[in-house]
Amino acid sequence: MQNAERGLKFRNPQSKIRNDEKESFMFDYVWLIPVFPAIGFMINGLFGRSLGKKVVSWVGPSVIGLSFLTSILIFLELIGKPPTGRHFEKVIFDWVVSGSFQTVIGYQIDPLSILMALVVTGVSFFIHIYSVGYMHDDQGYARYFTYLNLFVFMMLNLILANNFLLMFVGWEGVGLCSYLLIGFWYEKDSASNAGKKAFVVNRVGDFGFILGMFLLFTSLGEHGVWTLNFTEVFANAHLLEPGTITAITILLFVGACGKSAQIPIYVWLPDAMEGPTPVSSLIHAATMVTAGVYMVARCNVLYSMAPISMAIVAIVGVATAIFTASIGFCQNDIKKVLAYSTISQLGYMFLGVGVGAYSAGIFHLMTHAFFKGLLFLGAGSVMHALSGELDMRKMGDLRKKIPYTFWTFFIATLAIAGIPGLSGFFSKDEILWQAFSSSHGHFLLWAVAAVAAGMTAFYMFRALFMTFFGQSRVDEHVAHHIHESPKIMTVPLMVLAVFSVIGGYIGVPHILGGANHIHEFLAPVLGGGAEPAKTHAGIALISQAWASGGEGGGHGASLELLMMVVSVVIALIGIGIAYLFYVKNPALPKLAAERWKGLYTLVFNKYYVDEIYDILFINSLKNLGTALWKGFDDFVIDGTINGIAYCIGLLSGAMRKIQTGVVQNYAFSMVIGGIVIAAYYIVRAIFY
Amino acid sequence: MTIPPVPPECYLVLSGILFTIGVIGALTRRNAIVVFMCIEMMLNAVNLTFITLSRFLQSLDGVLFAFFVIAVAAAEAAVGLAIFVMIYRSRETINVDEINILKW
Repeated sequence: MQNAERGLKFRNPQSKIRNDEKESFMFDYVWLIPVFPAIGFMINGLFGRSLGKKVVSWVGPSVIGLSFLTSILIFLELIGKPPTGRHFEKVIFDWVVSGSFQTVIGYQIDPLSILMALVVTGVSFFIHIYSVGYMHDDQGYARYFTYLNLFVFMMLNLILANNFLLMFVGWEGVGLCSYLLIGFWYEKDSASNAGKKAFVVNRVGDFGFILGMFLLFTSLGEHGVWTLNFTEVFANAHLLEPGTITAITILLFVGACGKSAQIPIYVWLPDAMEGPTPVSSLIHAATMVTAGVYMVARCNVLYSMAPISMAIVAIVGVATAIFTASIGFCQNDIKKVLAYSTISQLGYMFLGVGVGAYSAGIFHLMTHAFFKGLLFLGAGSVMHALSGELDMRKMGDLRKKIPYTFWTFFIATLAIAGIPGLSGFFSKDEILWQAFSSSHGHFLLWAVAAVAAGMTAFYMFRALFMTFFGQSRVDEHVAHHIHESPKIMTVPLMVLAVFSVIGGYIGVPHILGGANHIHEFLAPVLGGGAEPAKTHAGIALISQAWASGGEGGGHGASLELLMMVVSVVIALIGIGIAYLFYVKNPALPKLAAERWKGLYTLVFNKYYVDEIYDILFINSLKNLGTALWKGFDDFVIDGTINGIAYCIGLLSGAMRKIQTGVVQNYAFSMVIGGIVIAAYYIVRAIFY
Repeated sequence: MTIPPVPPECYLVLSGILFTIGVIGALTRRNAIVVFMCIEMMLNAVNLTFITLSRFLQSLDGVLFAFFVIAVAAAEAAVGLAIFVMIYRSRETINVDEINILKW
């Protein structure tokens, strides 16, 4: 009874808004956020070619700018409210109405969705501006902005949706745009293949997502709550069996694995680098690939009820983080390094949400959007300078020639490596600390993640040193027209660099005298975060050692500081090794590669994961398909159809002899027929 | 002495005989003109039935139909004869056995 009431209370979100109508002026206009990019999509898509480049380059970025502005206004209004009242839903129209089941096109504003909207529209805005410069000479200029605007529209639907179904529409929509933009240069075989690969691999994940959604819907329906609305689902989640919740959350996480490129289905993301670099930056680093993390954080109520799923999320996250970081060691393509780095950082985010530190995961998502977006744009700027060169072995000593790119790239590298004072440090450290201290955490999770952090520092500085330091290895014909990118590209770089530095200061942990604003801000949606540290074997061991070291004192705080120092030291070691290998003694990498030849070949070939998948899935599916094609389709189906056609052919061949062409024969048959009918009636009349 | 009216059965029997002659002729004769004449005979047999029954039933419906049949028969005769003329010009015969190209 109580549950039914609770369900009713949330049934009509509109009434909720009406109560606050006087004070919430902007909330009614939440639909403007996704609508602006949709308008841009339509203008660019329908008239882009005839309007010309100039109009397209104004329309494309400015619609995103407007939507960014709307997000800011709504954000400002939201923080003016008391923390408990920061939840609004706005129903645009009924969408699927079937019996007691109702799904609407509706958007919801709460701290989580508005934060995501700010990050997405903000980063998109600068990347759109950058694209104006980067794509300037491209044939498909209007097409590019059409797709990009459509992407932002879909991404905003994903983020702002107030129910699972609309979120799924956005989820599929961004997948489509990703496919279109990876294969943007579709004349290139590799690009169109990479697009297909991304789409097909994502389908595996989406299958999990949709199954999870079905299971959630039907199992809630068994308790009389037919809904997919987030608020209603979470309010009624306690009705579900623990086993069901575990199944639902694992299925949803399969979806997240596909979209956010986690083990075992991360293989599409490195190939996705075939797309234009700003696309890699926007879709495959800053926004779309973080959708999985957002989804897990959005469903935190469900995940918190399923400890097994959380453990799986955390373990998959940390395994992905270290596994792909190691692949980053041996890549020579600058975008591939960044791609593996993105997968690895996404692993961190999943580690964060997996140990219950949802706000830390979202915090890292945000800072990562800044610095990884910046790194990709920087890589794009390097390519621009070097006429499209991607191979880091053919770069070097570029820091004087393209100073703006160098300095911004340098800042982003510092941020991702976790150097104190930059955004990446705060967010990564929060995750590391939570991985260790939260009740879902474990010492091993922390240890692996910390090692992965050191590896991150190593491969990122390797990329930095190989690109900007040392001897120039640039090809001669390229060397004499190295040039810095135009202002339209360098200004977004600088803006993102500023965010990469200051973005972390909204989440300075209490231990460093900060207020951890982001944690407080997200608390109404994500709960108070992880519970206070539970003493388990690992933490006890370390704190004992720490106490016996003579420092004593409240070990909660000092331990956190110690961990922080350790992770910084690990990062510095990584940077040091990179310096040693790639600046001090450039011959060392080669020596090391020869020394551990087997290992090097293994890592250089990305652990042969693609090849293994080829054998395991692709070839076996291909063989199955071929067998079905030859055996079933060609023999059974075609055989049946052709057999029937052949029999009918034979029959009609015999029958057509009746058609003599002599009209009198036909007339004769008619007469016979007439006589037979007449005879029938006569005989019947006589005998009955 | 008054001649008693011919009973309707007689007319109907005459009509049946005429129709049967027409059918047999249409099926067996080879000359297209004769076949055509046989068809006309069948039509007239039907007309006779119409008129007889119209009279017998004291209704004008049958007469009406008879007029229709006459009109259609006239039109048909015009078209049919024109076709025969054309066939004769191209094939030098109107023997229906030889006009049999419309077949498999």
